[in-house]
Amino acid sequence: MSIAPSALPISMRRIEKRFGSVPVLRDLNLDVEAGEFLTLLGPSGSGKTTLLMILAGFVRANGGSIKVGGDEIITTPPHKRNIGMVFQNYALFPHMNVFHNIAFPLKQRGVAAAETAQRVEKALELVKLQGLGERRVDQLSGGQRQRVALARAIVFEPRIVLMDEPLSALDKGLREHMQIELRALHRRLGMTTVYVTHDQREAITMSDRIAVMNAGRIEQLDKPETLYAAPKTQFVAGFIGESNFIPVECRNGSVWYQDRRIQTGAPTPPAGRHLMVVRPEKLRLVTANEPSTGINVLDATVSDIIYQGDSFVCYASLSDGRQLTLRDYCRSDVLARMPAPGQPITLGLDAKDTILVAAEG
Amino acid sequence: MSAQSALLKEIAGPAGQDLNAQALRADARRESLRLLALLAPSLFLVCAIIIVPIGWLFWLSLFDETGAFSAANYARFFEQASYIGTFITTFKVAFIVTGACVLLGYPLAYMLSQLPRRAASICLIFVILPFWTSVLVRTYAWLVILQRKGLINSWLIDLGVISQPLSLANNFSGVVIGMTHILLPFLVLPLYASMKTIDTDCLRAGMNLGAGPAATFRQIFFPLSLPGLASGVVIVFVLCLGFFVTPALMGGGKVVMWAMRMEQTTSLYSNWGAGAALGVVLLVVTLALLGLFQWLLGARATGVWSSR
Repeated sequence: MSIAPSALPISMRRIEKRFGSVPVLRDLNLDVEAGEFLTLLGPSGSGKTTLLMILAGFVRANGGSIKVGGDEIITTPPHKRNIGMVFQNYALFPHMNVFHNIAFPLKQRGVAAAETAQRVEKALELVKLQGLGERRVDQLSGGQRQRVALARAIVFEPRIVLMDEPLSALDKGLREHMQIELRALHRRLGMTTVYVTHDQREAITMSDRIAVMNAGRIEQLDKPETLYAAPKTQFVAGFIGESNFIPVECRNGSVWYQDRRIQTGAPTPPAGRHLMVVRPEKLRLVTANEPSTGINVLDATVSDIIYQGDSFVCYASLSDGRQLTLRDYCRSDVLARMPAPGQPITLGLDAKDTILVAAEG
Repeated sequence: MSAQSALLKEIAGPAGQDLNAQALRADARRESLRLLALLAPSLFLVCAIIIVPIGWLFWLSLFDETGAFSAANYARFFEQASYIGTFITTFKVAFIVTGACVLLGYPLAYMLSQLPRRAASICLIFVILPFWTSVLVRTYAWLVILQRKGLINSWLIDLGVISQPLSLANNFSGVVIGMTHILLPFLVLPLYASMKTIDTDCLRAGMNLGAGPAATFRQIFFPLSLPGLASGVVIVFVLCLGFFVTPALMGGGKVVMWAMRMEQTTSLYSNWGAGAALGVVLLVVTLALLGLFQWLLGARATGVWSSR
């Protein structure tokens, strides 16, 4: 079973959706490449699920165009779109056993019984559920239901697969395991996949690209590495990974925090107020006699230290009362010079790791 | 033998026994006794108002008019054709009324289940409203509407659709119309409740996987609504078998149902033995039907069908 040759790109243009007078999606444009694993990431109410529902055809947009491989599908009814979908609660048919659930899309397409049996068997194998075809849905565990839903969504070799928070009902360990398995399955089958989640870690783990959504718009569309290393807005910097924000000012072509000049890896942004994004793991403790070329140093006081086994978290406050968080692994050299609460420390941040975003609001 | 091991031995009790086993068993016994004490009033009521009268009914049916012990009351059913006729009429009415309730009630319940919450609750009130009116009042209302010079006949004649009034009341069709109206909510309510539990994502999944609206209804919605339909059908059918007021009033004496026969036998002829036998037969037949239904549903449930 190979889907790769038929994987198609999706092109969404000027998608508008309002519920009553409340805008949910505003002038949304998005291109998904053929065979790509793209994640729509955002908080609840950001419009990511609505966009997925419009793609599947369950929700009618107020305006816009969706082209799959060049064909307009915005008015195509859902059953003619040939798009597979994995639902949040799996939506398995409770009155059918596993085999009939997976065979359902093939039956609708008039596939002969012998071929159906063969393809269902293959799909079961693909999701590692061999021999469970005769089980009733209510005899399956959460993880197994998840796999049946997945098998059902890919057995008819759809051009596109949509997934609506498919792992959110699983416990943490199983969720992380399924993330890796879904990723591997996608690599193997190569179908164009649009995945919806509010879990940034899940998005980073699985995606080729992530579209971060906020209030009905795409804030940033990039590879996970780029999103993390170079967020373009405060929202993205805050939503992806942990961040502390420090207000800085740009004047005369350089960046200033209070009276200290800040070095950055990127060109200096236009004059005005900006925010410096400080990630806990990019900060480190600087000793007094260390040369400070290429790093920004900040003086702070330790307010608390939390020991977490493999790592520790140090909460420090700057002179203006702002809190910074530092995280490091518990190596013996770090532990040897672990500061105590109340102690003054110097925090260092590499110029290359210093990110500026425009201040919002 | 140290003091410590002596202490351990004391805690463990006699060899091979669980710690505090006796006390725990006594505690469990006390708990079940307390539960039984709480149940006692309702158990007594069930006994007094169900088991004793039914036993008595059965007992009465075994005596003829002279008070002699005999099976004459049961033998009569097979000897007199009118009893068989009544039996057939009763089942005919029950089947037709149940069928009419399904035909009218299924689309109604489906519409209710698809309406937005607010609209659905308003419509449900209209379904339940007749419950608050007496069956007698509603039956007379139907008589007014359906009789020879009633609402429907005079409208149809005024409109020129018919020249002679249709005989809608005081016959079989009157009984069916009246009973269908009264029993419809008993089908709609359980059916609506089960339709509401059908996951809309299942229907979406059906469409997503290539089934059109009609196919999704046939292959997913309908099978999932069957448990609710089955309970509605059972309730309506069983109520039909013992229905009295409506067929007595709307049938104009032409439609004799089992319950009417019972009333005649006991109040007109004062033959309690024969009346009791009628009751026993109705009870047994109803139980047999329920058993059959249960068995049919059970057979499906052990297959791929599940009500959960």
